[in-house]
Amino acid sequence: MYKLCLGIESTADDFSVGIMSFEGEVLANVIDAFASESGGIHPREASRHHVEVAQEVISKAFQESGISPKQITIVAFSQGPGLGPCLRTGATAARALASYLAVPLVGVNHCVAHIEIGKLETGATDPATLYVSGGNTIISAFDAGHYRVFGETLDIAVGNCIDVFAREAGLRQSEGMPFGAIVEKLARGGRRLVDLPYSVKGMDLSFSGLLTAAIGLHRGGKHRLEDLCYSLQETAFSMLSEVTERALAHTEKREILLTGGVGANERLQTMLKAIAEEHDGIFCVVPKQYALDNGAMIAWTGILSYKYGVTTPIENSFVRLKWRLEEVNAPWVE
Amino acid sequence: MLIRKGAEASLFLEDWEGRKVIMKRRLPKRYRLEKIDKKIRTHRTLHESQLLHDAKEAGIPTPTIFMVDLVHSNIILEFVQGKQVKQILRDLSEEERRRLCEHIGTLIARLHNKDIIHGDLTTSNMILNPNGKVVFLDFGLAEKTVELELKGVDLHLMKRALESTHFDYSNECFKAVLDGYSEVAGRETTQKVLKKIREIERRGRYISDRRRPTDD
Repeated sequence: MYKLCLGIESTADDFSVGIMSFEGEVLANVIDAFASESGGIHPREASRHHVEVAQEVISKAFQESGISPKQITIVAFSQGPGLGPCLRTGATAARALASYLAVPLVGVNHCVAHIEIGKLETGATDPATLYVSGGNTIISAFDAGHYRVFGETLDIAVGNCIDVFAREAGLRQSEGMPFGAIVEKLARGGRRLVDLPYSVKGMDLSFSGLLTAAIGLHRGGKHRLEDLCYSLQETAFSMLSEVTERALAHTEKREILLTGGVGANERLQTMLKAIAEEHDGIFCVVPKQYALDNGAMIAWTGILSYKYGVTTPIENSFVRLKWRLEEVNAPWVE
Repeated sequence: MLIRKGAEASLFLEDWEGRKVIMKRRLPKRYRLEKIDKKIRTHRTLHESQLLHDAKEAGIPTPTIFMVDLVHSNIILEFVQGKQVKQILRDLSEEERRRLCEHIGTLIARLHNKDIIHGDLTTSNMILNPNGKVVFLDFGLAEKTVELELKGVDLHLMKRALESTHFDYSNECFKAVLDGYSEVAGRETTQKVLKKIREIERRGRYISDRRRPTDD
């Protein structure tokens, strides 16, 4: 029988439902993003958005895939890490759906899901992964049953650093043109590199000083915004690249996998590609619809867990706001 | 002969004036802009040499520097005989492991007493030489500072390195490192640094025990 998993993602500002076959085929991946007026995410407002669109997004996923709810074998949901109110909305929908359909429920770690869908979609098998988004900056690689965190931000995520700078600089994001894309576009017009703090601590990174300095320079009014965007990107991405290269050298992996929203940045891609080449490795970048928060990745990771007998009874399906990547047992990885 | 291609620098084993030496070369990275690249390479070469020397003065075994070439970002260093702590830790008995980690802790405290932050405390940057001394390598990310924050980050990195590479016994190892640290730095300072480490850890992303910090 054809087995299917429905996955619900609701960690932050996106509510998304994906339907995947146990063979790894994406049948639906519907994403509804919460767009706030002011920029940034208010957890309560985002969760209200999720409540409002949940039913519609789920129906749309069924329509898109052309299957009926009764054909679903398991329901997966992102159990953490993320924003509490947002996670709870997705979890509630998943619990309701699983008990209505009388199928097993599987709680999935959001960060693991990013890596697993990346591997599925790019063909990478054992990569060093750089996961960069508005909420996360993690360099990870698999070792002895777990995805280990080799480096991460000590304060804010790189995507957050870019977003806040853009907002402070008075930029406005719009549909299809998030802050990251606007800064990337402006950076292309940059000519002069402005000195900004470069902060790598061993394998870990810090972006808050960089953000403060960039905002300060912008307020000082002596520099073109293009030059600041350019310098911010070059400095932040050089830091990310250095740590990724270090993890690659340390773990002796042969692949670099880039995922998360910031992974869409072409400059960052170019840098990591150069590193992969220098180490005779392969560079893989996750296609945008699977690099952003999405339901398909949750569905796929739910399938991987389920195949190894991991399910989440409803009484254990409470959301885990601070669930770290390395805590997850990943028996499906060889 | 290239013996280790790291992310930050490449190590070559060379004959130099009739000696076996390590040539540490910071080669240009083509992924980053030349201006950033040059800044990082020159800065790290200069600082590394200075801090290797300062560390030695503070009583921490480090390789002897023979030559520094700032134009090409090269340092010629003594070749240290021995084995990486990373390689031997697994094969030691629990007691030997505890003693070695304690000793490493005393060395870190001596560095910190002189306000030197190593910046990359991993077990692959420590060599146990045939005389039983632990030699600290790679001061490429080292800094000089009085800030407690950075001392905390330094020890936090040590903990993280133990967790990612020696996950089976990282807790006992880090505890021994702290015991050794406390011996030299004193109880009061150690408590302050520990408090800082907990603060740093709680600041990190997604710490499950953020509300109930451990007291190790």
